[in-house]
Amino acid sequence: MIVLQFIDIGGWFAALINWLTIHGAFFFDAVTVVVDGLLSGFQSLLITVPALVVIAVFTAAAWATAGKWMALFSIAGFLLIMQMNLWRQTMQTLSLVITSVIFALIIGIPLGIWASKRDSVERIVRPILDFMQTLPAFVYLIPAVLFFRLGPVPGVIATLIFSLPPAVRLTNLGIRQVPTEIREAAVSYGATPKQILIKAELPVALPTILAGVNQTIMLSLSMVVIAGMIGAGGLGNEVLRGITQLRIDLGFESGLAIVILAIYLDRITQALGNSTQKQKK
Amino acid sequence: MAEIEIQDLYKGFGPNPKRVFPMLKNGKSREEILNETGNTVAINGVSFTIKNKEICVVMGLSGSGKSTLIRCLNRLVEPTKGNILLDGKDIMAMSKDELLDMRRKTMSMVFQHFGLLPHRTVAANVEFGMEVGGMEKPERLKKAFDALKVVGLQGYENSYPHELSGGMKQRVGLARALANDPEILLMDEAFSALDPLIRAQMQDELLEIQAKMHKTIVFITHDLDEALNLGDRIVMLGPDGKIRQIGTPEEILTDPADEYVEAFVKNVDRTKVITASSFMHHYPSITVPREGCSAAVRAMEKNGVSSVLAVDSNRVLKGVVSIDDAVKLRKQKERDICTIIKEDVYTTQRDTSMYDLLGAAMETRYPIAVLDEQGRLVGAVGRATIIAEVNNIIDDEASPTVLSEVQNGDSDQSTEKERVTS
Repeated sequence: MIVLQFIDIGGWFAALINWLTIHGAFFFDAVTVVVDGLLSGFQSLLITVPALVVIAVFTAAAWATAGKWMALFSIAGFLLIMQMNLWRQTMQTLSLVITSVIFALIIGIPLGIWASKRDSVERIVRPILDFMQTLPAFVYLIPAVLFFRLGPVPGVIATLIFSLPPAVRLTNLGIRQVPTEIREAAVSYGATPKQILIKAELPVALPTILAGVNQTIMLSLSMVVIAGMIGAGGLGNEVLRGITQLRIDLGFESGLAIVILAIYLDRITQALGNSTQKQKK
Repeated sequence: MAEIEIQDLYKGFGPNPKRVFPMLKNGKSREEILNETGNTVAINGVSFTIKNKEICVVMGLSGSGKSTLIRCLNRLVEPTKGNILLDGKDIMAMSKDELLDMRRKTMSMVFQHFGLLPHRTVAANVEFGMEVGGMEKPERLKKAFDALKVVGLQGYENSYPHELSGGMKQRVGLARALANDPEILLMDEAFSALDPLIRAQMQDELLEIQAKMHKTIVFITHDLDEALNLGDRIVMLGPDGKIRQIGTPEEILTDPADEYVEAFVKNVDRTKVITASSFMHHYPSITVPREGCSAAVRAMEKNGVSSVLAVDSNRVLKGVVSIDDAVKLRKQKERDICTIIKEDVYTTQRDTSMYDLLGAAMETRYPIAVLDEQGRLVGAVGRATIIAEVNNIIDDEASPTVLSEVQNGDSDQSTEKERVTS
């Protein structure tokens, strides 16, 4: 066992993170500027616009995609959030979710496409995704804080890492599942690889990719709450206050607001996926 | 012109397909090669020519390499070895751009399971090839609508594939293939996924389209009846990925090259495939009005028949003269034979099947005259000929036995005896 004492995985990882903190500062600062800019943009938009207007827009979106029952649910749900005095925090959380999902998709979908085209990429990406998904969510928070300090930006980064895998996996899967004959048809009529991807593979894979988007949104919502621990703000912060101050009422109310937001986002993205699914046999 | 010459083509699948060639040369079988190297030999040294404007059917059971073969023609599959010449130009040596151009303009493909894009309308599916080729929207839309009209799908332009039946989906596939007016159609088991009635209908329509458009068609099938119905020529592939026989449907049926082909064609209803041209014979005829009753009677006497066919100086059929009428006319010392020419003689073309002639042959007293496209007499089919031919192709063992023979028969017919007596 003496030999094994030299294998100090935790120590090596800490050394790596320290090294990155010092030498990658420029990169992390740049990321902070971009993420923070987008995040504050969404936040100020959602918070400065009167709540009733925002609710009207959400309801209209629900009606258009998921039907009148979902529209009724969103009116009732979001009014309840207002009533509980959690509107501002809910909009903060929604901004965090939107920002991290945008980044997750920008990274995840192209990565998924690449993995679907090359088995070697898939072989490398898959274990990394497994690692990202199974490592306890709290562990992300430590390096995120070291790189980006406290606040909403490390929250977005940790959330993005946690919610990235389904976007990659399901894009990869969706494109690999495109029937051979459809791909052959596109090739045989003289489509270039780019045309095959854009005109045949991505549209056929779209329902599966949207299922991945839905999963990414759900995962990021759950992570955003945890990110409240590092000062990301929003509903996570309220939940944390509820826990630390043992305030059952606050904890329950903010938990309920999260559930309402989750149901709303889930049903609407699912409905989007279903409407494209209908064109398939 | 669109003639495809396939020269000594091989395709192997597996970790290292090139390894198989020395082994094939040493006479190893496909199974041995698969066990030793893990490589499958799909196409095993195939050479043949697909002629301009013919329907060439490549026929074989699953595993004979026929689908791989057709995919080599537009390089959906890269052959391991060999050459494919399109009007003398080697497809294997084409650059990327030349290959794209050939796929967009010269060769199009119809797939077994249609290969339609589910998110596009019927018209947008038909437009696909022209769209990726960069054709302007109005022009390609017009071509798509025209092609849909050819296959009988006008009015469905804005439907989605999932709203159509199987037969209609394959019409869309066919329209897509025809839209840019390519010279060559590759049809990979195009009708195999359709139910039998629709399938027969689609075969007939393909033949109609071919009569109008004259494409070079390579048609893959595992169904012999389909091959016989569609093919100008049939290429029979064996289970080893080699060609067993190339020939017209009749040549395949009447003269199978080996036991494999013979076993294949054994159960075909040959009356439906053998055509008048292969069993028609010379029949005495007279040229009217130059030859009169005496010539007619002499011709009948000489050939031992009771009627002659009357043709004009261009050998266009005018009718039939019977022995009774000719003799009567001669007694009356009448000279004009035209008064006794009867027009109630059946006529047919060279490519009519025996099956279709049976009814007329049983009914008429006269032979059935076989005419060419200009109405000229080329031969005749007599009732006796048809009965003789049908007897030739009937399987003797399965035909019924006369009762007296059964009762007097020896022991090996006892099973049949029991069946009759019980």
